[in-house]
Amino acid sequence: MSSVEVIGQAGPDPAGPPERGPAARSDLPSYLAKKVAAAVVSFFMVLVIGFVIFSLMPSNPVAAITRGRRTSTEQQQFLHEQFGLDKPWWEQFGDFVWRTLHGDLGYSWGYQDSVSSLVLSRLGPTLLLMGAATLISVVLGLWLGIRSGWRHGSLLDRLASGTALTLWSVPTFWLGLILLVLFASGGVGPIPSIFPAGNMSTPGSGSGFTPAHILDVAWHLFLPCLTMVAVIFGQYVTIMRSSIIDELGSPYLLTARAKGLRDDDVRRKHAVPNALLPSVTVIFLQLGTMVGGAITVETVFSWPGLGYLTFTALKIPDLPLLEGTFIVFSSTVIVFNLLADILYRFLDPRVRQQ
Amino acid sequence: MVRFARAYVQLPTGVVGALILVGVAALALSAPLFIHPSDLSVSKASGPLLHPPLDGYPLGTDQPGRSVLDLVIWGARPSLTIGLIATALTVLVGSSIGLMAGHYEGFVSRSLMHVTDWFIALPSLPLAICLAAVLGQGAVSITIAIAITSWTGTARLVRAQALAVEARPFIERAKALGASDRQIMLRHVLPNVAPLILVSSTLTIASAILSATTLTFLGLGDPTDVSWGTMLNQAFGQGAVTGGAWWYLLPPGLAILVVVLGFTMVGRAVEQILNPKMENRR
Amino acid sequence: MTEPAPHPDAPLLEVEDLSVTYRAGDREVHAVRGVSFSLEPGEMLGLAGESGSGKTTVALSLLRLLSKNARVAGEVRFRGEDLLTADWRRMRAVRWAEASVVFQGAMSALNPVRSIGEQIREAILLHESVGEEAARRRTAELLDSVGVPASRAGNYPHELSGGQRQRVMIAMALACRPQLIIADEPTTALDVIVQAQILRLLADLVRDHDISLVMISHDLAVLGETCERLAVMYAGRMVESGPARQLIQDPRHPYTNALSSAFPVLGDPASRMAPAGLPGDPPDLSTLRPGCSFAPRCPQVMEACTEREVALWPAGDERLSACLRVLPDYPDQHQEQHLAARVGARSGS
Repeated sequence: MSSVEVIGQAGPDPAGPPERGPAARSDLPSYLAKKVAAAVVSFFMVLVIGFVIFSLMPSNPVAAITRGRRTSTEQQQFLHEQFGLDKPWWEQFGDFVWRTLHGDLGYSWGYQDSVSSLVLSRLGPTLLLMGAATLISVVLGLWLGIRSGWRHGSLLDRLASGTALTLWSVPTFWLGLILLVLFASGGVGPIPSIFPAGNMSTPGSGSGFTPAHILDVAWHLFLPCLTMVAVIFGQYVTIMRSSIIDELGSPYLLTARAKGLRDDDVRRKHAVPNALLPSVTVIFLQLGTMVGGAITVETVFSWPGLGYLTFTALKIPDLPLLEGTFIVFSSTVIVFNLLADILYRFLDPRVRQQ
Repeated sequence: MVRFARAYVQLPTGVVGALILVGVAALALSAPLFIHPSDLSVSKASGPLLHPPLDGYPLGTDQPGRSVLDLVIWGARPSLTIGLIATALTVLVGSSIGLMAGHYEGFVSRSLMHVTDWFIALPSLPLAICLAAVLGQGAVSITIAIAITSWTGTARLVRAQALAVEARPFIERAKALGASDRQIMLRHVLPNVAPLILVSSTLTIASAILSATTLTFLGLGDPTDVSWGTMLNQAFGQGAVTGGAWWYLLPPGLAILVVVLGFTMVGRAVEQILNPKMENRR
Repeated sequence: MTEPAPHPDAPLLEVEDLSVTYRAGDREVHAVRGVSFSLEPGEMLGLAGESGSGKTTVALSLLRLLSKNARVAGEVRFRGEDLLTADWRRMRAVRWAEASVVFQGAMSALNPVRSIGEQIREAILLHESVGEEAARRRTAELLDSVGVPASRAGNYPHELSGGQRQRVMIAMALACRPQLIIADEPTTALDVIVQAQILRLLADLVRDHDISLVMISHDLAVLGETCERLAVMYAGRMVESGPARQLIQDPRHPYTNALSSAFPVLGDPASRMAPAGLPGDPPDLSTLRPGCSFAPRCPQVMEACTEREVALWPAGDERLSACLRVLPDYPDQHQEQHLAARVGARSGS
């Protein structure tokens, strides 16, 4: 787990997935309706929190928004009216919700563009980076977690746990910086600069789905992806390992062994399917929080995604843009949590209805 | 307590973790004895500019010519302070909400847990960035941002444990004897939940330090402070990466790694003693 | 389909001087100490004892299913072949195909996320060279033979009742036509009526297919209804064995006596842990004192009981008992006077 996802959690997932046991035993439509309703309420809360942070907390929102830029009194007055700051707060909030629901996330001062279109244009690179990193981490993490848990206390287990713990204790961005210095600066000893120092493709390398361009993007993707994987795969190891260990004493494994199955088959066919259930949910929950991890990695590698956009918004500072990215990040998390709930429902026969 | 200490000494990870923390704390506390403020001043720095390790500067120098070794040692002070204060706030908020959610029934408990769930669902870093951006640069706003985004874990843990304690007969007896809600929560439930809070807070410190460094790196800290986060922020901003200045980047990150590992190891050791069943799960 | 046994006249199963020691940290728990018994083809043997008496450990050690911290000594000869020294490939082939297990608590002994049909088929496909379709048919027959509708093969364990799950366990045990079934508390956690049904089903099937049965229970009455011969275990040792009816009606070991008088009702779950009317707890098996392990709780304890532990000794026709009082040099009249010294013996220990 990186410095990024770590906020708000005491170590690698002590609490596990939110309770979703017996309550999930209702029929499917009402279950879905309940979960979707909960997601809608969460989204509303995100809007409330966004509004509180960006419109109520600053004593003078106009000053906060225009911080670091010279503005005349007339401009300030204009903005004041444009934001509807003379209206009572509930009307402001109503306007804000109305605009957001219509896809209007405000206007970015730094980029002189609408926040929605900025966010949309940066979504692709972030999805590419996050998707690649997640896929590799999940596969690697689950594989290691299963093996470590099955033979807990073995050399592999101790190595995997030690590596995961060490990488967890490292700030994501620092790992990225070190990788950059080692492999992209050409300034450390004999190591040549084999990877680009940033961005998503070489300028003028073409675009679209030409093999050359794809290779070029993959070459740029390597280090940021490696950084993310290094920091996040450990949490999947931890999750999977502990769910395998939870299953170890289960009587059905004894049954499987008594049937004459080989150890590998007992693990693959019996332990893993059971241990995966709780893990999948937790993994999906982590996916949401991982979105935030994009911010530091994209910053370090100037990867042109949402995270880098957040960083530039912070630097300018461009509060409407920051607010927009906050809403988008939070919504992604809500969507992933909803997916986790739905997936869980379909995976576990004990909850699934015939 | 003696039994606890004896069990603790048996655990190699716990001992190593504790030694690390004691060492770092000693170094941080005694730093003013051998590092003069002028050594850290950008304008009074006398070393060569962004130079690899050399005589008198065992870890090299930074852009304005300050000793990286001095900076790293000094940097422990604000980094640890923020971690400790943010954790104290986190634990205070989280435990109060957890205790209340475990004690009261019905509406209060449910709404507290709903609020907690909403906060858990929020991505912490973006939220912390937004909070710190609006509150302004500096250690105070970083501390507040961390506390606001990390109390939920403690609250959930404490609530779960408090519920278990509240179900025990002696609570019933205390109620029958006319104890007030506050007395029950503070005198009866809290002492039983305290060990758990202790474990979770050592792990919270680790993550708070990481978070503080991240937020500082992103430029939310006070640029005149000397902390591990600002060092990395300045190194990044001043082209240490493209310049291949590994000596400038490596030490603050390793320092963070060591301290975070220290807290995590201590936390796990304490956890192992208080809750032996968890031994194999981590 | 059964290949001829290596020694046609030999018993199906011979357990000789079986001992199991668990290592837990720096402690050693002597869970089973020198247990011997044998089983003829088609015979049904009941193994009785409280929780912790070692009966389940004996059952699991037959197929070498114990956890890694268990050290097993002695011999387990199955059709003349010592299973304790067999290689693992051979062991896996014996498991289920020749000897299968009906575990207690089918809810947890069945894999919760795989359908019951799949779980039965798995055993068939593993041990017999038949196709998927044939395995499916056989699964349907098996379910049918235990009284579960074959249409339920696609169901998951949680969708069945407790009795049905236990029936599925029995069907699964029969899947590869074994010669021996080990039933470990097959009816615990079921209500009394269902218990009786399951017991009858198991006994009928085993008899019809000429399968040998080792049935394990804390409940002498349950065992007495099904098995011809009973063996009683206490603190890791076998303390008495003999024909079921005689053993229950006329116990030759005070522990059997306590056990048989403790169960007025068939399968009363409350008395599972400790027989009613028997004071004290079973001994800690990591620190054994000399003398009979049962002495501290024995209502008929004599002074000599705390000094020597006797092996199983003939105690009548086909009967064995490990009690000093059945030894020829300890006639009954000694009993009274030593009983008086009992309090002194216990406080002195």
